Amino acid sequence: MKRARCFLLRGHFWVGLLPWAWMLLFFALPFALILKVSLSTPELAVPPYVSPFVLEPGAALPHFRPDLASYRRLHDELRALGLAGADLQYLAAWGGSLLLAALTTLLCLVIGYPFAYHIARSREAARNTLLMLVMLPFWTSFLLRVYAWMSLLDSSELGLINRLLLAAGLVDAPLQLLYNRGAVLVGMVYSYLPFMVLPLYANLVKLDQRLLEAAADLGAQPWMTFLRVTLPLSRRGIVAGAMLVFIPAVGEFVIPDLLGGGDVLMIGRKIWDDFGPNQDWPMAAAVAVTMVLVLIVPIALLHRHGRANGNGAQR
Amino acid sequence: MVQDSDSGSRPRRDYLRIEGVTRRFDDTLAVDGVSLAIAEREIFALLGSSGCGKTTLLRMLAGLEAPDAGRIVLDGEDLAAVPAYRRPTNMMFQSYALFPHLTVEQNVAFGLWQERPRLARAEVAARVAAMLELVQMQRYARRKPHELSGGQQQRVALARSLAKEPKLLLLDEPLAALDKKIRQRTQLELVNLIERVGVTCILVTHDQEEAMTMAGRIGVMNEGRLLQVGTPGEIYETPNCRFTAEFVGETNLFRGRVDGGALHCEDFPAPILLPADADPDDGGEAWLSVRPERVALSRAGAAPAGAGCNAAVGEVAEIAYLGSHSVYHVRLANGRIVIASVASAQWRDAAPPTWGDAVRVAWFAPDGVVLTR
Repeated sequence: MKRARCFLLRGHFWVGLLPWAWMLLFFALPFALILKVSLSTPELAVPPYVSPFVLEPGAALPHFRPDLASYRRLHDELRALGLAGADLQYLAAWGGSLLLAALTTLLCLVIGYPFAYHIARSREAARNTLLMLVMLPFWTSFLLRVYAWMSLLDSSELGLINRLLLAAGLVDAPLQLLYNRGAVLVGMVYSYLPFMVLPLYANLVKLDQRLLEAAADLGAQPWMTFLRVTLPLSRRGIVAGAMLVFIPAVGEFVIPDLLGGGDVLMIGRKIWDDFGPNQDWPMAAAVAVTMVLVLIVPIALLHRHGRANGNGAQR
Repeated sequence: MVQDSDSGSRPRRDYLRIEGVTRRFDDTLAVDGVSLAIAEREIFALLGSSGCGKTTLLRMLAGLEAPDAGRIVLDGEDLAAVPAYRRPTNMMFQSYALFPHLTVEQNVAFGLWQERPRLARAEVAARVAAMLELVQMQRYARRKPHELSGGQQQRVALARSLAKEPKLLLLDEPLAALDKKIRQRTQLELVNLIERVGVTCILVTHDQEEAMTMAGRIGVMNEGRLLQVGTPGEIYETPNCRFTAEFVGETNLFRGRVDGGALHCEDFPAPILLPADADPDDGGEAWLSVRPERVALSRAGAAPAGAGCNAAVGEVAEIAYLGSHSVYHVRLANGRIVIASVASAQWRDAAPPTWGDAVRVAWFAPDGVVLTR
């Protein structure tokens, strides 16, 4: 039999190719385009920028003349950090986004862990039903669910929560529940919770029950068993869930736009403003590129950390 | 009554008392009214096939399972209301359940970390070191469990369960996860170690050799009941029921009706003479158990056996040569198989019988054991 068959005839070559082709087409290529735009000069035209690749008469290949003004702007803000009266709108948006995403991740973890733990400890027959209930909200349009929150949090006496508070006599006047950071946080935690629950569940369901029994047998009270055994062993689930929540939360645009007030600065909104009303595509693209870079670094670090530690080990 | 717990004193006979302990899962009785007393520093084996309730009983001693009825009293303390994490018992789990995220020394220290009032860091370190030295695992203190062989993991698990100096050590199939070769060596190692530490120990196993090698006394369990308790010799030589006779070692079991001091059995050509001390009711159903090594095998033409012997002639159906001895399956005229275990030394002067040869099987009446259940 001839051993050296053409690699083009092998099935697994093509199966392996698909994800690469996908990533190239839908991540690398768009990213390259955005990178190009970020290095352009804004202009009142369609499209509203001048490409950094300039084809001069007589030259075979275009010259590359990047305009770093957008990145310089971000760099200037970074340098002006701490100076009084400095205009820090991008940094402030960055800070707002990271803070909100971090808070969202933390709250999702605190709320999602008991969810995942309970489902993983349920009878096998009940688990699928419970998982389905966690995902049930996905069956409704995301936008619809955010609008539902708007009517729940409505700040007039018509808002459902305000009506309940007024009826119960807990408040005299309706509370300002909508269009602030709190409302955005509620909406984000609500929307992203399943992304925390699912990877945590997948991890916790594999936890060897006998390890918990061994801990109890060795004198660990239930909460000690949780801290010393369950929690460290579910670290990978926590990391996976946190990344699935944190990364999209940083760039979230719809929820802050609908539930947040004008003062809720977020990077997604900033990009929207620059691409839209401000017609400053290079600036918007530069922010988008830095966003990808800023998020890739911690992911890569976490990835390497996880690999170096092998067996879900802690110290 | 004044009890003396000095290590120099005589071990107390009923250090651990299990009284009528019952555990029900849905419709089945996993453990059915087991009562048992275990002496201080005794090594006791619960022997039975899987699903006989031995592990459930062990888990109730550890507090991982609650009995539906009955009492467990250890060193004068009723354990019923004591949760697992406060019991003075420690268990070595089947396949060890070592914490994969902790090193060997952290695994051993885990129980000591839980002590209240807290132990000083130095004391924990000293006791961990002592434990690791006991099981000769000092060199592996910084390894993670997955970096160890099965035998090394077993030693770490043992060190972990001994670190808190429990009053009662529970071993759940302690060596089942090991290769056969290592297992036999480890059995004696483990016994030596447990005796050196001087801890009372209950082990659960389905392996009769393991039980007989390691334990001073054995309790045979089947379907949730404790059928017989005794030394390995007692269990093997004088089983009290058919299950024990068949489960522990091999045996020839003849079923029949008792009449005039003999067992009338359809399988055997003549009424079977019973041991003189057996006194079964006339007319009742009974079984006779004869161990294969008690059955003598000779060529059919040789001189017949003397008085007081049960004998029959048949032909050799199977032979299993095992070096020191051979196991012969002899088929009698009526089709019944009688198993005889014959020492190889017996055939010093003549060739051993081979397949199809006519042979006589015989045993002395006192070598049989009469069973009525």
